[in-house]
Amino acid sequence: MSDAARVKPEKIRCDACPVLCFIAEGKSGACDRYANHSGELVRLDPLTVIESGAPAVAFLDQGENVQNWDGDIVQGKRTFVTAVGAGTTYPDYKPAPFIVSQEVDGADMVTVVTEGIYSYCGVKVKIDTDRFIGLECAVVRVKGEAIGHVMTSEYGSKMLSLGGVEHLTGGSKAEGRVTCDALMNLCNREAVTMQIDEGAEIVVQAGQAPIINDVREKLMRVGCGSAAIGMFAKQWEPHVDEVIVVDDHITGVLTEHEAGKQLDMRPSGIKIQGRRSTPGRYFQVAEPGTGWGGTDVEDPLTILKPADAKKAWAGLRLLMVSTTGEQWAYYELDENLIPQPAEISEELRVSADRIAENCEPSLCTVLFMGGAGGSLRAGVTENPVRLTRSVKDALTYVSCGGAEAYVWPGGGITVMVDVMEMPTNSFGYVPTPALVAPIEFTLRREDYAALGGHIEHIQDVASVLTPEVRKVSRLATQPDPHKAQRRNREGRG
Amino acid sequence: MQVQRAFLCGNRLHLQHGPIDLIIGVDGARAVAFEAAEQRLSSVLSELMSEIALLRQWDGPSPKGPIARKMWTAAQAHEGFVTPMAGVAGAVAETVLDAICTAGDQRRAYVNNGGDIALHLSGDATFDIAMAGLGGAALGKITLSAKSNVRGIATSGQAGRSLSFGIAQSVTVLAKTASMADVAATLIAGAVDLPEHPLIHRAPAKDIRDDTDLGDQLVVRNVGALTATEVGLALDAGARRAVNMQNQRLIHAASLHLRGQSRQIELNKEKVLEHA
Repeated sequence: MSDAARVKPEKIRCDACPVLCFIAEGKSGACDRYANHSGELVRLDPLTVIESGAPAVAFLDQGENVQNWDGDIVQGKRTFVTAVGAGTTYPDYKPAPFIVSQEVDGADMVTVVTEGIYSYCGVKVKIDTDRFIGLECAVVRVKGEAIGHVMTSEYGSKMLSLGGVEHLTGGSKAEGRVTCDALMNLCNREAVTMQIDEGAEIVVQAGQAPIINDVREKLMRVGCGSAAIGMFAKQWEPHVDEVIVVDDHITGVLTEHEAGKQLDMRPSGIKIQGRRSTPGRYFQVAEPGTGWGGTDVEDPLTILKPADAKKAWAGLRLLMVSTTGEQWAYYELDENLIPQPAEISEELRVSADRIAENCEPSLCTVLFMGGAGGSLRAGVTENPVRLTRSVKDALTYVSCGGAEAYVWPGGGITVMVDVMEMPTNSFGYVPTPALVAPIEFTLRREDYAALGGHIEHIQDVASVLTPEVRKVSRLATQPDPHKAQRRNREGRG
Repeated sequence: MQVQRAFLCGNRLHLQHGPIDLIIGVDGARAVAFEAAEQRLSSVLSELMSEIALLRQWDGPSPKGPIARKMWTAAQAHEGFVTPMAGVAGAVAETVLDAICTAGDQRRAYVNNGGDIALHLSGDATFDIAMAGLGGAALGKITLSAKSNVRGIATSGQAGRSLSFGIAQSVTVLAKTASMADVAATLIAGAVDLPEHPLIHRAPAKDIRDDTDLGDQLVVRNVGALTATEVGLALDAGARRAVNMQNQRLIHAASLHLRGQSRQIELNKEKVLEHA
């Protein structure tokens, strides 16, 4: 080692807590938890403190927790600093770690960047599938621990509500830990396997198709059975006498449906199970399941009742198809009016394929939802409630890792953001357990001063852009935080 | 970093903030108590740091903050060099206990700040304290009731984080408040000593820890093989200091331990019992 390399490094300031120890090389701070190792602040073994107690939180940018800037959104010469990897001061006593200013089109803009710690947080998951995954309110489990529940069914999709303070801190320690882990993995776009009570096992990964009972979902339905009839009636009419679109929600029967009547199609006399809603539209033709169109149907003939002998005829051409076009079967009635499998005509097969072509790919969408609490707001301003008001007045633009955040009306700053719009690995956790997520507040400098902001802590954007900072491109879907803020500002009149 | 919280078995709460680790137990309105404790602890460090220079002076004027004043008052009661920092752990424990008792009616509550314990007892509630040696061996047990005036227990010695002028392995003190016990335990542990003994290695405090309140005074780094007689002499020196404190009503009782020997200065007794 050269002499130059032996020069004793300077003392470093530890900012893990308000004691702000000044630590010399080879020494530890007052807490014995953090030390100066060759000029770098390092965590000492966290498990030696009290094993079953609260483990200390690692510095976000140290050792295995290296999280260099991950979310700097570069657009031309203008930079937007995200909070990913910004660290947090738990700002009940200190301003947020980065309060950055830059001039944008003559207006001096300030962005307050911090990582929030969210005990009140969770994810809303939308799973594009018609397959049965579980009843509404059914408990969703990971490793046997309850992490959330099945919400309402939405259009062509099932919704899950996962996490939330009741699971994070309101249940057992294991429940909190597993929930926190699952939320973080989901938010960081990793796959999480879940079991739904009395339902399916599903693998959810943001931006990917769900895997339901080991089967990867491909397509989202084109519409309900009735809608499919409406969309394709004209294409079917020249090639077939009856079409039944099997759907757990509404199964459609072409000749009985208004669309078939408009085309003067002859009533086929084919009768199906279930409860008729309106002509040609049937509820509950089978049980919910993972078969055709979200029913438990594997053989479509099981939903048929004997055909009406007065109306049906031998040789009648019958197409049965699911709402995604992935399953179909073609039959012709024999002289006893019993459907028999038959060779489908090319034209009709093309029409079945067209359903599939018109389906969108099935995806899992993960929205992070969390509330910015008192202490986080205090890191932004000395008058926390003014920040809330300023957000509601749209003077302040809120983003998470540069992604546009939907701010819920009402009290507090409760935001919702699509994790796919955020930089990768934006999320971390603390042992509370709670998630750590980036949040940025962008506003005009004078507005920031007016709401009691930490003006004296503002740094120029150039000063925070060090070579270690990782730069990522702005996603096309991410709005310019400065622009969005200016527009709102102008709109305010 | 904000206060870290974890629940321990036996309905205890562990709070940690920077160098402070608290173990809290409550028989009574536990939920509000835990909430109040966490809330109170969250500003403790910043309150203390705002007057830290004053708290590191042994002859400075009274500080302003409520915790700082507890520390200063406890240190003021003793003669000689002692800074308010000698009572910081006890004062923090007392402060958090106060918040717990203000939050709701508690039958019994304690805040243990790394061995410095603030107690609340009411009615017929009692509190059992077991002293353990460094290796976990039981050194003795005492039961406190609400009738006694003891509301603070502190232990000082080699196992702790603080630097010491003396060689005591552990000194446990019972006093009226945790901050009083803390300062007294620190001073008694420092008095368990054999001045100028060649096998006791010392170094200036400021060389060992930055930001120490002990400046360039010599603190003990390690102790060589002492004879049983030397151990007894060192303990006697500490016991004399403890008896003086008891006479001044600064402490109720003390228990001193070093290398298999001990001295007990017992409750309401002005004599030293020997357990060799």
